Amino acid sequence: MQAKDIAELLNEPACEHNTKSKSGCARPKPGATAGGCSFDGAQIALLPIADVAHIVHGPIACAGSSWDNRGTRSSGPTLYRIGMTTDLTEQDVIMGRGEKRLFHAIKQAVDSYSPKAVFVYNTCVPALTGDDIGAVCKAAAEKCGVPVVPVDCAGFYGTKNLGNRIAGETMFKYVVGTAEPLPVPASAQRPGITVHDVNLIGEYNIAGEFWNVLPLFDELGLRILCTLSGDARFHDVQTMHRAQANMVVCAKALLNVARKLQTDYKIPFFEGSFYGVTDTSMAFRDFAKLLNDPSLTVRTEALIAREEAKINLALDPWREKLRGKRVLLNTGGVKSWSIVSALQDLGMEVVATGTSKSTEEDKARIRELMGEDAKMISDGSPKALMGVFREYKADILIAGGRNMYVALKAKIPFLDINQEREFGYEGYSGMIELARQLALTLQSPVWQSVRKPVPWTRSSVLGVELGV
Amino acid sequence: MAEILKRNKALAVNPLKASQPLGASLAFLGINKAIPMLHGSQGCSAFGKVFFVRHFREPIPLQTTAMDQVSTVMNADENVIEGLRAVCEKSNPALIGLPTTGLAETQGTDIKRLVKDFYAKYPEYAHIPVVAVNTPDFTGCLESGYALAVKSTLEVLVQPGNKVGKRKKQVNVLAASFLTPGDIEHIKELIEAFGLRPLALPDIGDSLDGHLTETDSSPVTVGGTPVGDISTMGESIATLVLGNSLFDAADFLKTQTGVPDYRFDSLMGLDAVDSFVMTLAQISGKPVPEKIERQRAQLQDAMVDCHFMLGFARIAMAADADLLYGFSRLVTEMGCEVVAAVTPARANILQSVFATQVSIGDLEDMEIAAKKNGAQLVISNSHAVETARRLGVPLLRAGFPQYDLLGGYQRLWVGYRGTRQTLFDLANMLVEHGHHEPEPYVSIYAQRTGVGRDLSRHAGEVGMNPGLRNCNHLTGDGLAAPAASQTTH
Repeated sequence: MQAKDIAELLNEPACEHNTKSKSGCARPKPGATAGGCSFDGAQIALLPIADVAHIVHGPIACAGSSWDNRGTRSSGPTLYRIGMTTDLTEQDVIMGRGEKRLFHAIKQAVDSYSPKAVFVYNTCVPALTGDDIGAVCKAAAEKCGVPVVPVDCAGFYGTKNLGNRIAGETMFKYVVGTAEPLPVPASAQRPGITVHDVNLIGEYNIAGEFWNVLPLFDELGLRILCTLSGDARFHDVQTMHRAQANMVVCAKALLNVARKLQTDYKIPFFEGSFYGVTDTSMAFRDFAKLLNDPSLTVRTEALIAREEAKINLALDPWREKLRGKRVLLNTGGVKSWSIVSALQDLGMEVVATGTSKSTEEDKARIRELMGEDAKMISDGSPKALMGVFREYKADILIAGGRNMYVALKAKIPFLDINQEREFGYEGYSGMIELARQLALTLQSPVWQSVRKPVPWTRSSVLGVELGV
Repeated sequence: MAEILKRNKALAVNPLKASQPLGASLAFLGINKAIPMLHGSQGCSAFGKVFFVRHFREPIPLQTTAMDQVSTVMNADENVIEGLRAVCEKSNPALIGLPTTGLAETQGTDIKRLVKDFYAKYPEYAHIPVVAVNTPDFTGCLESGYALAVKSTLEVLVQPGNKVGKRKKQVNVLAASFLTPGDIEHIKELIEAFGLRPLALPDIGDSLDGHLTETDSSPVTVGGTPVGDISTMGESIATLVLGNSLFDAADFLKTQTGVPDYRFDSLMGLDAVDSFVMTLAQISGKPVPEKIERQRAQLQDAMVDCHFMLGFARIAMAADADLLYGFSRLVTEMGCEVVAAVTPARANILQSVFATQVSIGDLEDMEIAAKKNGAQLVISNSHAVETARRLGVPLLRAGFPQYDLLGGYQRLWVGYRGTRQTLFDLANMLVEHGHHEPEPYVSIYAQRTGVGRDLSRHAGEVGMNPGLRNCNHLTGDGLAAPAASQTTH
């Protein structure tokens, strides 16, 4: 990939961060950098497409450390969970045999697993030696008779965020618009309900959480052509251009897909989230608004009223347990908004939040939501986090898995909200699981025990004294 | 002697291999107040971190030189030098490990010169040893990367000398990557039982054993081999080399210091542990403590108990070479047959593996061989869960990574005690998954009335409670019959 292509990807007009300096664009600092690379981001965004063979082209480290590592769920095919890599050897690198190996690898994958398509992820070493994966994919597609899509996402191109964009760009360039949706089956038609086609972009179905929400879409007559990419199929992605409205879920990472669908296919989109009662209701309202169907609007309001009444009743006992508990939140981007709203729905107080990835507009919204006293932490290091935790007398840290063991080593309650987590929190019913997980760690009796110092006098001698 | 089968396909499916830079990082994580920094793109470290965090359930210090597009194309020397400076300044480590990655090696880095350049530019950090090691991921695997890092550590920290035995009780332990924190803990206890002082390098038994401390969190390792101790390895009375993969590192240590060494390919199974314990008796000049003798007797008892289940059992295994060798030897000594043996990369020990063939390959290769040869049990890492499920056989998790088993990281496998538990677990798994009994057959001459009805009548006679009888009625006689028959006869 050329430097100018990368620069173009970093420029995202639909992103409100675009006018500000972008943390994603700054060069990473040697010896002081955390977070994944572009390959990581691209793989995260596309791997959930379940009936595709995902081949990582490179030596072992890229696939070896990351395959079968994610909490995303499929309701059908499990091909996406089979790890595939060309596992390049020294000979391949020195002799320039990478392209040849890739070609045969694609053929082998098609022969043994009959995938609907093959995605080839380029990584650092072949990008540096100059393997033309585009050409190999084209040749292999002709030979094998299935679509073979090159995802040019070498790690050194940049951050995980850039990788997400590369993934979106690739889908738009090679897949979207290459097939038509099937007609709505007669059995699914109901009198008085016009079926509307929509897409969800940036929804990964972590721990199956989207299945909390999907029945409500069915009820309203909203057919999801594609979730990019949780529980998606290759054909779903091909038909995305036929939707009447798009929702960008929770993150700006795949915003470029929504924007291009808007400019090229005139599909309107909105940004929303399924975390929390308020935001979930808002998402359905936004769909009704964009689709401009009076009947849908009425049915949506009825559904919201019913679901909110039901969930509020169910949440009452949990609110008793959680009310007034103080939360330190450390997560980047838009995700924090949805989580803040979910926590406030539960009567909890967010006392501080990480802002290392936020713009001035974001910070203004933080003040609006959390009050003027809310602390913003720009230094996300473990030491700084723990300092703020104590200073603000927080009860729990909510953050990504990366911070989990920082919290546990400091003997404080923790909730994981990132991709690797094992529980789904989306939708109305997901709130119960969220409340349960929060109460579970906050109320755990272990914190008392593990903070107890040893009850005896310490010996000054290390280890066991040896006899003479 | 096992026949080694080379990789014979273009695509690796369900990879078994973890990379060399990961192995090197693991070795450095066994040194106290250390931090590894991979010379590569930031993803190399991010993936590595997640890999170990999920395995050990511990915070893992791991930095990156963060090669981006410009430094990849132009020159990444400055990334190494500035990266080292940043780590020294921020974390004040006792040692920095500097493994290279495939990216840096393809670009063509001279990593050892860069360390010299770093000291020249920043002499204020001259007291912090930096151990550079070439570990591209396009050769070897976790085990070989680990071994290379151990060797490089010795090269940097152990000076040539002739002070063998100056520390009369100190015994060096070179611990290979097949040993868990629990294994290393136990090995040190065995050595201490002979009145000796073990000095393990690396010592993940002290750094990655999973213990809560009074301090919050640390940017460097907490525990592990003290850097200061490593330079005294030349003053020990002996070196115990645990794992064939470390023999190369051991050669260096022996040449450099003259400390006599004792080498072991495995510490699982009666014979392997016997020779280790006898060596300790010989080095210390002390008799074997009764406690250890008792452990040996316990293992022998377990061997007798388990041989019914393990005899002729058909085992498939996939692991790095040292671990593969250890398991193949252990199960063969119990009368099992190794019907599939797969390892990710070449190693010297492979031809000694107790199997007719060893394939260099992936979990798909193991699955195919296991299926063809009717394996009854699989030994491999957590990635083999789906493999074992498809094969319909139990999985004993061993090696890296184990992300779906709490405590897997610290499990004790070696010594009499570890071996005994392994045998119990293998036997239990085989029993639970059952051997095949004949299908029930009803003779053509049999004139039995409905078995269930018959028994429920008996049940009524002995006063079975009416609720249960109702239940029989509802679920159908046949379904409830076996339970009833137990109570009546």
